[in-house]
Amino acid sequence: MNYTLHEQEFTQQVADLIQQTACILPEDIERALVSARALEASDNVAYSVLDTILKNVDVARKQQQPLCQDTGLPVFYVHYPCGISTRIITRCIQDAVVQATADGFLRPNAVNPLTNKNSGNNLGIMIPCFHFMEWDKPEIQVACMLKGGGSENMSIQYSLPDAKLSAGRDLNGVAVCVIDAVIKAQGNGCAPGIIGVGIGGDRVTGMQSAKKQLFRLLEDENEYPELDKLEKSLLAQLNKLEIGPMGLGGKTTVLGVKIGMVHRIPASYFVSVAYMCWACRREVMSYKL
Amino acid sequence: MNKKIEMKTKHIQLPMNKINTRKLKLGDKVLISGIIVTSRDMAHRWMMEEKSDIIRPYLKDGAIYHCGPIMVRDGEKWICRAAGPTTSIREERYQSNIIQEYGIRCVIGKGGMGKRTAQALRTFSAVYLSAVGGAAVIYANSVQSVKAVYQLDAFGVPEAMWVLQVKDFPAIVTMDANGNSLHEDIEKKSIQNANQNQ
Repeated sequence: MNYTLHEQEFTQQVADLIQQTACILPEDIERALVSARALEASDNVAYSVLDTILKNVDVARKQQQPLCQDTGLPVFYVHYPCGISTRIITRCIQDAVVQATADGFLRPNAVNPLTNKNSGNNLGIMIPCFHFMEWDKPEIQVACMLKGGGSENMSIQYSLPDAKLSAGRDLNGVAVCVIDAVIKAQGNGCAPGIIGVGIGGDRVTGMQSAKKQLFRLLEDENEYPELDKLEKSLLAQLNKLEIGPMGLGGKTTVLGVKIGMVHRIPASYFVSVAYMCWACRREVMSYKL
Repeated sequence: MNKKIEMKTKHIQLPMNKINTRKLKLGDKVLISGIIVTSRDMAHRWMMEEKSDIIRPYLKDGAIYHCGPIMVRDGEKWICRAAGPTTSIREERYQSNIIQEYGIRCVIGKGGMGKRTAQALRTFSAVYLSAVGGAAVIYANSVQSVKAVYQLDAFGVPEAMWVLQVKDFPAIVTMDANGNSLHEDIEKKSIQNANQNQ
């Protein structure tokens, strides 16, 4: 098939996608936060924190301002049909990122680690970040994720067996790692978080799998029954830790646990934990060709 | 219901003296008005190495805010679009010295700080206040004006020191001037809870 990509139109739609991602919290996350607030007595700190969060979500949406100032390292997952140039898509999305930065929807976040200079427009080596996948549909799907640095810093990878944690190479071992990660994070990842887990892979594909889980809706079910069971039991266990919203105590420490898996090699058994803040900004758009 | 919360809310006007600072207790909800200065990783290092006099007047008996905001220019003016807190523990190695050097009364951030900072809060009569991570528009809306900015060209927008005039900036006292830390208590309890659940 020969497709014509109207670059200007596509770029504008990606810029709109970025604005929407930065300003509007997904509905499933907002619903979970409302439920979490309902569990707390109205005079305690956890209620007050969740109430502030929900007021902020509302005002950010109405005023079309970024709900969190840390718009992270913009990541794009792109599906495209055979015959479309990924180099052209890359350039269009980069242009959209520059525009969204100039318009104040993204914070300029690309810093050269050698000079500590901020590029000012969110372009840098491997920033923004792209994942391309070819598919059969005559459309380009762009999924955008904005994940703040506070939560990214709390993400962690374990190599099992781990003697210190008494974690072996099975789902019990996986559970021990996830609980350890959430205790280590306390409030620093902007709890209540969403915990993406990747079992297996190498150090790159394991973490990729963990991060991809963060696109799943909170209410969905895992395709593997044993992982679905683990997700639900971990959600209950983690919320008994009483770390609470922003680590100030309370009944809700995480909003969801989502576990994926990729094949491993005999020598390695990685458990990758991607901690996502409550401000789980993810949005998807489709561009018909 | 709302009245009860209202009664517990205390108003802080900056600059603040040591006596009023010591009256603040863990869990107090506060509304801060006055001048606060944003400062994060590069700025903390710069403040310790340069011991700059430019920002000294804003910080004396005042507040430092761990924050890297989104700012846009409107002609000559800067507009604050989003200004939630960043993780405070990264500044642990500098914070105690900075509290002492600049006479700071309030450190505002998220996630809490460590033992050295807790000791400095006690010794020099200062408090740590938690802002709600991610609630960036609420905080941006409390900014009445941008008074000045320092180190913008060198550090870029997120790391520059923004001098902000704020009104009713909401926060919670989570480390007081008597050595108490809500963060320490919660962490201990979470480890106990994990062990009990096993």
